[in-house]
Amino acid sequence: MSDNHNSVGGVPTTGHVWDDDLGDFVNQPPKWWMLGLTASTIWVCVYWLMYPSVPVAIAGHHWTGIGLPGSGQWSAISELAADQKVLDDARAKYEDKLKGMTPAAILADAELSEYVARSGKVLFSDNCAACHGQNGVGTVQAGKFAQREKGLMAPILNDDDWLYGGTVDTIHETITGGRQGMMPAHKDVLSAAEIDSLAASVAAGTPAANPLFAEKGCTGCHGEDGKGMQAMGSANLTDKIWRFDGSPEGIKQTITYGVNSGDANARVAVMPSFTAAGKLSDVQMKKLAVYVYKFGGGTPAAAPAPVEAAAAASEAPAAEAVAK
Amino acid sequence: MPPPFSLLNFFRNRDTLRKFFAEEVVQRFPNNNPLDVDKVTTGVSMSELEKTPKAETGNVTGLYTEHEEWVVNMGEKTIHAKRMPGFFRTLKYITESFWLILFLGPYLRWNGKQALMLDVNDRQFHIFGLTILPQDIWMVSLLLLLLAMTLFAVTSVASRVFCGYFCFQTTWVDLFTWIEEKIEGNPNARHKLDAAPMDGAKFGKKALKHALWLLIAILTGISVIIWFEDAFVFWGNLLHFNLSLIEVATLIAFTLGTYFLAGFLREQTCLWLCPYARIQGVMCDSQTLVPTYDEKRGEPRGRIRKGAAAEESKQGDCIDCFQCVQVCPTGVDIRQGQQLGCITCGLCLDACDSIMDKIGRPRGLIRYMTLDEVNGLPEKKLYQHPRTLVYIGILLIALVGIIYGLSHMGNLTLRVAPERQPLFVRMSDGSIQNKYTFKVLNKTAGDVQVKVSAEGGVKGQIIVDGGKPQLIHHGKASAFTVFVKAPEENLMSETTKIQFRVENLDDPNMKAEYDTVFTGPKR
Repeated sequence: MSDNHNSVGGVPTTGHVWDDDLGDFVNQPPKWWMLGLTASTIWVCVYWLMYPSVPVAIAGHHWTGIGLPGSGQWSAISELAADQKVLDDARAKYEDKLKGMTPAAILADAELSEYVARSGKVLFSDNCAACHGQNGVGTVQAGKFAQREKGLMAPILNDDDWLYGGTVDTIHETITGGRQGMMPAHKDVLSAAEIDSLAASVAAGTPAANPLFAEKGCTGCHGEDGKGMQAMGSANLTDKIWRFDGSPEGIKQTITYGVNSGDANARVAVMPSFTAAGKLSDVQMKKLAVYVYKFGGGTPAAAPAPVEAAAAASEAPAAEAVAK
Repeated sequence: MPPPFSLLNFFRNRDTLRKFFAEEVVQRFPNNNPLDVDKVTTGVSMSELEKTPKAETGNVTGLYTEHEEWVVNMGEKTIHAKRMPGFFRTLKYITESFWLILFLGPYLRWNGKQALMLDVNDRQFHIFGLTILPQDIWMVSLLLLLLAMTLFAVTSVASRVFCGYFCFQTTWVDLFTWIEEKIEGNPNARHKLDAAPMDGAKFGKKALKHALWLLIAILTGISVIIWFEDAFVFWGNLLHFNLSLIEVATLIAFTLGTYFLAGFLREQTCLWLCPYARIQGVMCDSQTLVPTYDEKRGEPRGRIRKGAAAEESKQGDCIDCFQCVQVCPTGVDIRQGQQLGCITCGLCLDACDSIMDKIGRPRGLIRYMTLDEVNGLPEKKLYQHPRTLVYIGILLIALVGIIYGLSHMGNLTLRVAPERQPLFVRMSDGSIQNKYTFKVLNKTAGDVQVKVSAEGGVKGQIIVDGGKPQLIHHGKASAFTVFVKAPEENLMSETTKIQFRVENLDDPNMKAEYDTVFTGPKR
């Protein structure tokens, strides 16, 4: 330590000197700095009045601050609502058009169907993907249903095999009204050997070649050629797509216990009605129909509805009913 | 109570500090009292100081002595630089007029539209017939690289050419001081006017000057804005006071920015604000041409005295006329050597040359010289300056990239994204279907219809609705979905290469390709 304690050069120091010659000036902080500190202090008070971080209880309520003058109190939920409104406003020009259109008309309009393909993803993921899988790839049964329901939980939606038909209108019908598969159990009707024989020919893709197929009344639902009837939702037994397990064992199980037959071992195939569920709006169901159709397996309508005709039809719902 | 500490006050109070340091030095080095240096500041010239070195360089006293001599320009005094005609003055006028493009460029029309427009709102740049969309933005980054490398290369060869001849700060300050000179007179008159009390005449001159400055500032603001939106529409909106908030804010920001930076901050911007001034400093080396005072020829400097012929022979060519300092827009004394205040504009060369002509000495006492030349080292050729060559190399690479980009832009761009979930779908007839999202960008002025075709891929593949024309809107990317179906037995591996092509139905030459894969089941 130095013994030089002089306050040199007229510049006042704290008088504490170390390392021979280092001292502290006793200068005030700069004026701009003090002004900034004062301004910050005032701003803290103002900000606290606007958005108090500590809720103050007044007469049983929490005082939540005065908010930004002119725009009122702030809350996260109102900010979310405002943000959602921005999104809704941006989508309004499409959504408003969708309201008055049939699914077929939406599909025919390139711009609108592109909009649906983009915006339907969330709808599908939230409402459909649990059973049908993300992007309609189907969901393989797991857990406690794995044995009984071996195979898919719900049909794959991006192939071109449709139990009830693959036009956009039928898809729309399926969504709005729901579907319930129906196949009686044959464990009391057919012998084990007959079930074996039928399962083998169905697995081979040639059910009609088996005389039992017509004899035991399978043709009543599946048709004489075994290709099913879309009007009643019976499966096409000749194609490469299997609703349930497509192995001979799996087919045997389906024939033995049926589908939704009431038997404890029966396969379950239920599509709920989204109208009855009341969860989705009309427009949302129409969007889903178009979205599912555009997965790539949709069946074009016999005569694709021209945009003008569809627009006219949507303006006069009565006329549409007659036309159908 | 000392005044609050600030950088400005530090320098204002440097007399106090100097005294403080000096006393400290007296205590420590009693034999070498820097307080004697005060004599130096009272009118003894630099040359005398050198003859009788009071302070040895390298020790602490030398440091303080240099501090004594070194004037730090903190903007306390406005610099009123003299204008002298000459080669570099003319050159500066020519290079500065480059900025006329800023003012006039936006009024050029091309096919009924603004020829030069950086349409940020619609995300397109228009340069005459050329439209640059966000997809081509990599060329803009190459352009920035090109400009940076040009700056580096030029700076390494000839020092701060940008600062001295092209910089907007230099240009606008030059324009503002030109107006000042026309209204308030030469530098002497201006100093007198500044010191004079305010009266009617002074107020009139000052008001006129500031009005003109503001007018130029507003014009600058407008000219900047109309590079980003239609010039005539903007003028219309401006004259009807119908501007958007962002336009008003931009206009005010550029107007006030120009007014204060060029009118008031002036050389302070170059000294204390501008990063490029400092960056360019490190680009210079001993092979860089910089305006240099030829010390060997000039020193010892001194005034010419009549009839003192004997003494004259000992004197250098510098007659200490201070013309070089008076013309300097940043107020530096070039005779102290290259320094950060020097924007290398060459105006001191003109001033010195005109004096040399008058006293009948050769020109070039101050001239563009390299440090090697000053030190008497052999001059190197450009190819012996590898750093410059590296700059030029990168510059050329960027240039080639831009030329390639501009010539290969094409009118149609195709991107194909294969669906990732599911990778493929088995159809009811057993075939495998893949889904692709096509994004087609149409850079032409009109909408076009395209058809999709494919090369390679799987034998027997079908593009579902491949012949169906797809409408592609102009100026943006349109998306559509394409399905390709192929029999499973023809699949040779899990993935098969496939090339898609979109082709304008009306003009088969307008087409674009994209390579991707067709995916099937694992085998």
